[in-house]
Amino acid sequence: MDVQIWTYILVGVTFAIYIGIAIWAKAATTSDFYIAGAHVSPLTNGMATAADWMSAASFLSMAGLISFMGYDGSVYLMGWTGGYVLLALLLAPYLRKFGKFTIPDFIGDRYYSNFARTIAVICAVIVSFTYVAGQMRGVGLVFSKFLEVNIDIGVLIGMAIVFFYAVLGGMKGITYTQVAQYCVLIFAFMVPAFFISFQLTGNPIPQLGFGSTLSDGSGQYLLEKLDELHTELGFAAYTSGTKSMQDVFFITAALMIGTAGLPHVIVRFFTVPKVRDARISVGYALIFIAILYTTAPAIAAFAKYNMMETVNEEEYTEMPAWFGTWEETGLLTWVDKNDDGIITYAPGEAISGLPDIQRNAEGEIVRGAFGEVKVNNTLAEGPNELYVDRDIMVLANPEIANLPAWVAGLVAAGGLAAALSTAAGLLLVISTAVSHDLIKKQIKTDISDKAELLWARIAAAGAVLVAGYFGINPPGFVAEVVAIAFGLAAASFFPAIILGIFYKKMNRQGAIAGMIAGLLFTLAYVIFFKIAFPEYNSPEYWWFGISPEGIGTLGMLLNLAVSYAVGMIFPEPPKEVQQLVESIRYPQ
Amino acid sequence: MSERDLKGYWKKNLSYLGILLSIWFVVSYGFGILLAPVLNEIQMAGFKLGFWFAQQGSIYTFVILIFVYVYLMNNLDKEFNVREDD
Repeated sequence: MDVQIWTYILVGVTFAIYIGIAIWAKAATTSDFYIAGAHVSPLTNGMATAADWMSAASFLSMAGLISFMGYDGSVYLMGWTGGYVLLALLLAPYLRKFGKFTIPDFIGDRYYSNFARTIAVICAVIVSFTYVAGQMRGVGLVFSKFLEVNIDIGVLIGMAIVFFYAVLGGMKGITYTQVAQYCVLIFAFMVPAFFISFQLTGNPIPQLGFGSTLSDGSGQYLLEKLDELHTELGFAAYTSGTKSMQDVFFITAALMIGTAGLPHVIVRFFTVPKVRDARISVGYALIFIAILYTTAPAIAAFAKYNMMETVNEEEYTEMPAWFGTWEETGLLTWVDKNDDGIITYAPGEAISGLPDIQRNAEGEIVRGAFGEVKVNNTLAEGPNELYVDRDIMVLANPEIANLPAWVAGLVAAGGLAAALSTAAGLLLVISTAVSHDLIKKQIKTDISDKAELLWARIAAAGAVLVAGYFGINPPGFVAEVVAIAFGLAAASFFPAIILGIFYKKMNRQGAIAGMIAGLLFTLAYVIFFKIAFPEYNSPEYWWFGISPEGIGTLGMLLNLAVSYAVGMIFPEPPKEVQQLVESIRYPQ
Repeated sequence: MSERDLKGYWKKNLSYLGILLSIWFVVSYGFGILLAPVLNEIQMAGFKLGFWFAQQGSIYTFVILIFVYVYLMNNLDKEFNVREDD
């Protein structure tokens, strides 16, 4: 059977499972809808959290990014796992003891202010929408690459599935589908990794193969060979990278703190019955996440080695079949700058912008002298002739390594599982922010549980539609604004929650001033460099050499400083708030 | 339960946090970033050590730290009699 049939089968089966779970786990009350009735076991919650957290980007793009960044890619590996230590030690157990439904709930109650609650709602909604647009786009991409379905139709199919289980089941439906989605995505990620690790190094465990010698008889270590290939071609060595040390430091910190401040992750720890369940549940979540996150850098190195060995200084006509297949998708392009028919891979761009495939009047692809797919782009300066999209490293891995067709189908199902599980978690945050934090807590406080549940469903449905709209019409700067999501979470929620738990005397004036300062500072910095003046986005203009990706760390420090300074001027919080803080510190 | 007991519990909790977060910081930001160029002089199997900490070792350490914390806190809950009923 070919890849497409396998993909239809595997995607069909997994979708049927998700729908089956949705029907089985229907939410009956708002507590079911918001926090799955707080009946989820720690292990189940850990697995669901892992799926919630690992998005289309983690599954499809991260290994590819690391492949091209080498050591610098460590910012994602440490940044997106280290935050769980902060979650376990500083947030999860106390928020579980607090025991309400949402983050704005905590901010609103702890800082005895609906204004603070509203700021938290706004942050939660901005952060979640930024993130969810990318997920829906990811769903569309997988459909178009593997099933040759139009990308917009792919987004619509994804919306229909998420709509079904998020609107029906709320957190309860989402939790159990996420467990299924975790199993699918981790299986899909690991199978090609085992194969490739074994092929290249003779050791099937990718974490070990990563540090082993190549099985080509040279006896050379994989990473040593990779460094050698890189320096020969004029790249920085794979294991040392090019970013400045302070930038690596600040980006890692922003991602870690941002992770610990992301509302869709935090809220998962409201779903377990006890404080000690919340603690261990973070541990389980990180184990499940670490399986993928320690494999990804290995895949990155294997894929980079395979690619460099296959293409560099080889004749185009000698390329394996997958090269042609991926050229036709626009993810891989070769432009023969010196007309020698040989592929030159070197630092710098090959073409300007993304490949734009040339087609004749009949819509057929135009080919060059050696049969390569021609593109309309202007050629970039410099010797490099090869454009490789980062995502190809995971998508094309099974073909590059000559794996059976079902493995490629599995990768498609895994990518969809990763995107859908994250999208659902984010949509839930948006819907609870509207139905609970705005309607129940502020607009109509006497609303019945049934009516609130209905509003939660309406809000979830509305959020799916908006997310779908952004998936089909992505704002041009989607990739850029992901930095905003982490920066905002780091600069707004994280300090407010930490101070709320660990500093009893922090009052509402301090917290509000801090959140606003952190938020505006971070937003302004990111918008300035990423959207308004991208031409200035380089280290010589950055403050202290910190890129917009890392600025959330500074925003967080600013938030803490402003909170403290403003907090000193105003009176202590009321007695009952101080008692609340006292009570969340002890499990019983 | 007397006020003194809870203060003791919280103080101990904070000291655990201090120790565990110091390790968290030293392993990731220390070994993985600030000291990486120095540690890269040391070779461990096919890895340069600083690179290994940045892409593998720090993640393993994070997992271990959380489970150590869970173990310590579960004991502390019992010791100070603040453990939730089953």
